[in-house]
Amino acid sequence: MSDIEVIKDKYLGEISAATDGDALETIRVAALGKKGEISLLLKTLGKMTPEERQTEGPKINGARQAVADAIAARKEAMESDVLNARLATEKLDMTLPPPSAPKGSIHPVSQVMDELAEIFADLGFSVATGPEIEDDWHNFTALNIPETHPARAMHDTFYFPQTDDQGMPKLLRTHTSPVQIRTMMDVAKQTDGEGEPIYIIAPGRTYRSDSDATHTPMFHQVEGLVIDKNIHMGHLKWTLETFVRAFFERDDIELRLRPSYFPFTEPSAEVDVGFSVEKGRRIIGGDPRGDNGGWMEILGSGMVHPNVIRNCGLDPDVWQGFAFGCGIDRLAMLKYGMDDLRAFFDGDLRWTEHYGFDALDVPTLSGGVGA
Amino acid sequence: MKFSLSWLKAHLDTDASLTEITDKLTDIGLELEGLENPADALRPFRVAKVIEAGPHPNADKLQLLKVDDGSDQPWQVVCGAPNARKDMVGVFGPPGTYIPGSDFTLKPAKIRDVESFGMMCSARELELGDDHDGIIELPADAAAAVGTSYADYAQLDDPVIDIAITPNRQDCMGVRGIARDLAAAGIGTLKPLEIGSVERSGAGPDVRTDDPEGCPAFYGCTVTGLTNGTSPDWMQARLKSAGQKLINALVDITNYVMLDHGRPLHVYDVAKLKGGLVARKAKAGEKLTALNDKEYTLDETMTVIADDNGAHDIGGIMGGAETGSEESTTEVLIECAYFDPASIAKTGQKLMLTSDARQRFERGVDPAFLDNGIDIATALVLDLCGGNASEITRAGAPPTDMPTISYDPKQCAALGGIDVAPEKQKSILEALGFQVTLCSRVGGSLSPEAGAGEAVEMDSRLRGNTDKGHASLWDVTPPTWRRDVEGWQDLVEEVVRIEGLDNVPSTPLPRKAGVAKPTASPEQLAERKARRAAAARGLNETVTWSFISDKEAAPFGGGTWSLANPISEDLKVMRPSLLPGLIAAAQRNADRGASSMRLFEVGRRYLATTEHQTIGLVLAGENKARSWQAGSATKYDAFDAKAEVLAILEAAGAPIDKLMDFGEAGDHYHPGQSGTLRLGPKKILAAYGALHPSVTKALGLKGSAVGAEIFLDAIPVKKAKDHMREAFAPPALQAVTRDFAFIVDADLPAGDLVRAVKGADKKLITGARLFDLFEGASVGAGKKSLAVEITLQPVEATLTEEDLKAVSDKVVAGAAKLGAELRG
Repeated sequence: MSDIEVIKDKYLGEISAATDGDALETIRVAALGKKGEISLLLKTLGKMTPEERQTEGPKINGARQAVADAIAARKEAMESDVLNARLATEKLDMTLPPPSAPKGSIHPVSQVMDELAEIFADLGFSVATGPEIEDDWHNFTALNIPETHPARAMHDTFYFPQTDDQGMPKLLRTHTSPVQIRTMMDVAKQTDGEGEPIYIIAPGRTYRSDSDATHTPMFHQVEGLVIDKNIHMGHLKWTLETFVRAFFERDDIELRLRPSYFPFTEPSAEVDVGFSVEKGRRIIGGDPRGDNGGWMEILGSGMVHPNVIRNCGLDPDVWQGFAFGCGIDRLAMLKYGMDDLRAFFDGDLRWTEHYGFDALDVPTLSGGVGA
Repeated sequence: MKFSLSWLKAHLDTDASLTEITDKLTDIGLELEGLENPADALRPFRVAKVIEAGPHPNADKLQLLKVDDGSDQPWQVVCGAPNARKDMVGVFGPPGTYIPGSDFTLKPAKIRDVESFGMMCSARELELGDDHDGIIELPADAAAAVGTSYADYAQLDDPVIDIAITPNRQDCMGVRGIARDLAAAGIGTLKPLEIGSVERSGAGPDVRTDDPEGCPAFYGCTVTGLTNGTSPDWMQARLKSAGQKLINALVDITNYVMLDHGRPLHVYDVAKLKGGLVARKAKAGEKLTALNDKEYTLDETMTVIADDNGAHDIGGIMGGAETGSEESTTEVLIECAYFDPASIAKTGQKLMLTSDARQRFERGVDPAFLDNGIDIATALVLDLCGGNASEITRAGAPPTDMPTISYDPKQCAALGGIDVAPEKQKSILEALGFQVTLCSRVGGSLSPEAGAGEAVEMDSRLRGNTDKGHASLWDVTPPTWRRDVEGWQDLVEEVVRIEGLDNVPSTPLPRKAGVAKPTASPEQLAERKARRAAAARGLNETVTWSFISDKEAAPFGGGTWSLANPISEDLKVMRPSLLPGLIAAAQRNADRGASSMRLFEVGRRYLATTEHQTIGLVLAGENKARSWQAGSATKYDAFDAKAEVLAILEAAGAPIDKLMDFGEAGDHYHPGQSGTLRLGPKKILAAYGALHPSVTKALGLKGSAVGAEIFLDAIPVKKAKDHMREAFAPPALQAVTRDFAFIVDADLPAGDLVRAVKGADKKLITGARLFDLFEGASVGAGKKSLAVEITLQPVEATLTEEDLKAVSDKVVAGAAKLGAELRG
């Protein structure tokens, strides 16, 4: 074994025995420093004959490289050990709970309103709104409900002492139908009485002086209105079928239209939906003629009365259409299974947590309108 | 409207089953609301005979009976009825029978130590009448029927149908009208009208109308020498099925005619009248005690029927207590009048008095039925009470003219969406009593080819009545009992409801061509985003009442809109702020044990002139719960409210960078811990802060709370823009930051300093953020230290030391204008 091999092995031995960075540095200086043993041997190459250099050069350079590599490897290993040792002291109990963020929610009424907007947007309907403190004309008279009409008595109206410019007491709207009136009047005004097609839904708060297990003095209603040419009851029927099926996300929902009476529509129809019982709960859809099945009234509807169209400044010989209305709270209850209307207006966080919706549960056509 | 099946069949000849009839009623718009058979409850009761009657060993007033109800063995029954005796035939309920009138189920029992099985029943126990003085006694020949069900024996098996009558269908507020509708819909044939025979002699009574508007027609006749009593069983059975109370034969007759034909009548006891009867306007302040024993004060708009002594009847609404018929009545005046529907409605509303007569008159009774009505009533009086009828005095004339409606059978398809052959339409209308004639002006055709089988598309001129000589094909005159029918749309309704709404085929709405357009307005989109942002930030949406109490409204400036007829004092004033409702909801939750309440609501505030769409929020209870990391729980402060406000405003699209901090949030906030965010001095987008302790206390909220209101309708609407954004590439040069600490007066708003610093070099300084606030002895009394980090974004070249020095000088100079000194 040549000297150089002996020197190399000596240093490799020392390197593997080194326990800290200082020892390793001492070894590096001793072997590879300016005056290190291997560095000095390298300098002897210059004085050698070419032949000698050819045999000794690779040996000495090989030894230098081997020692340098060993030092680097040993150093890396030492650092890794130090890091591991430190990390070992930093262990945490990862079963501890992280800081919590409060969880918010969307009220079912808002959620259902968004669902309705989405479903009807697909059919070309926009959302219209109007005041809740209304005047007699928009809430009753324009809707073909004159002062002496028996239907007024059915409305349980809340009144204010303030009067409108006709001297009639202001009132809280008993339905969202005044929005239809305002929309038609706006269209008549903007088009100089010519008119143009109207496709709207009007959701919002409505009020009736009524309070029991199934009625609250404030509730939510949505109404739909279509004014166009050549619109008939067949379109009404199709629209309601499409809406109800889309809302409950079931194809097997049957609708039953029954002739009825509303002063603002002619002909008028009340609409029942078929229900059945699944898993012990009553659901909209299925076979209404089966065991525990039946019909439930959810909508009022009809062809807009010519007097109403005329009252709004449009020509009923040119424009005709349909209107419908139903309770939003009721829709929410039927779809999501709440059984107490009064809980809607209590703000109970336990109820909200159970029946509310996540902020990101935005109803979309692609994602489905039911969260 | 309730009526028995047998009553209906008195007018309708039909083989249809009960289900067919009730289904059809609903199908044609006379919605079935209830169906019950009084016989169902009585089926277990049997005709039974007392075969032995003896004294009870332990009680004087009780008897021991043996009763044969057709079973193998007679029952032993303890009975307390005084009329119970051997051989009498009565009605027996065996053990296990439910007694409807007493609401219990019979069980074998020991009465004074003697076993008793079942019961002999009184009329009241079976809900057949009020009699409870003794048990029911059937005629002796009923003994042959022992063992049969009492329901069958007494022919009580007569289902009672209850239907809802919509306000337009006065004609169906009488059984005959319902029968007519059913007949038109194919359920049997309407029987001819039976009036009964009336022999009249002698002059009619002195009746007249001085109020031709309120009472256009007043017919009357008298019947003398009659004997009042109880009405016959058949009439009582029908009145009972309608839920009508039985009074005496004369009153029952008027009620019966009203329910049978929708024709209200009134009967006066002539002995109690002085002079003739006149329909006139009431005098202001005139008083009348009605049959309901309540006194009403009348005014000049109301029509009364009066004699020389005064008013005896609120015309068409309710008779007076003084002149009604009694058992002793021997001479009556039968009034059959026509009252104006509108004035009846007004009078009824003013007096808050409703009655069966009002309901019919205000919906418009058949003006051509006065003679029939008075004849039918007179015939019944003569038949049931005897006597002699006078001639009829006819004062005034009822408005019997009906409009003629031009109708094109194609209109059925155009509005109703269903093709019904013209012949069919004609027969439906005629069956309902409409007169259909071909229009004389233009040759029409009733052949099916000319009808609705053709295009649904309809020329608008055909929709009108007559226009430019294009007359419609038919002239249709509604019957006098259908005063609700005004135009061709009503005719379509009649045809469609009889043909069946269920047969109208669904027709898809026309779909608009082209790309779908957004249907939500910018305001609606902003509200939707704001709502979802609030929920995403951990706020829970609530819906609280729009009306609150006076007490709740007071700290918020009180409400302008206070209901005249609230259902309670708690729900009276339209809220001027969303906060009271949220505060109350927060406390309700706290009472239920919730520790942290983060509530919001999107709704309106109701101010004097307008309703303002608003987001309200209240944070109460613990902000952060105690935790292993952070230690004790923390409360909410005004900055928590401000943080929510800024986040929600940003989501709603408000220009956050341009918002200015102002005070004057309102008296319901802590005066030193509240603020507003504005775009310009008058444009307030939001108010927030710690709620004033006296307000939370007044509203019953325990502990402190913070709140905010975001005025959605004040947020400027973003203008519609196209999809293309401004061109942009991230700057190649790195941004640098520099810190400045200033000593300022303690009362200088930090926001002012930050704005001054940021504005010092509008080109280079892209951001300024306050990161430290320090008050203490080291900065001097009345002073504080504010530290601001500015961000500089070089545009053309890296900033040199000179550039930085120049900016720094500008910052210091800008701050100095506010009295700020750079901290050494």
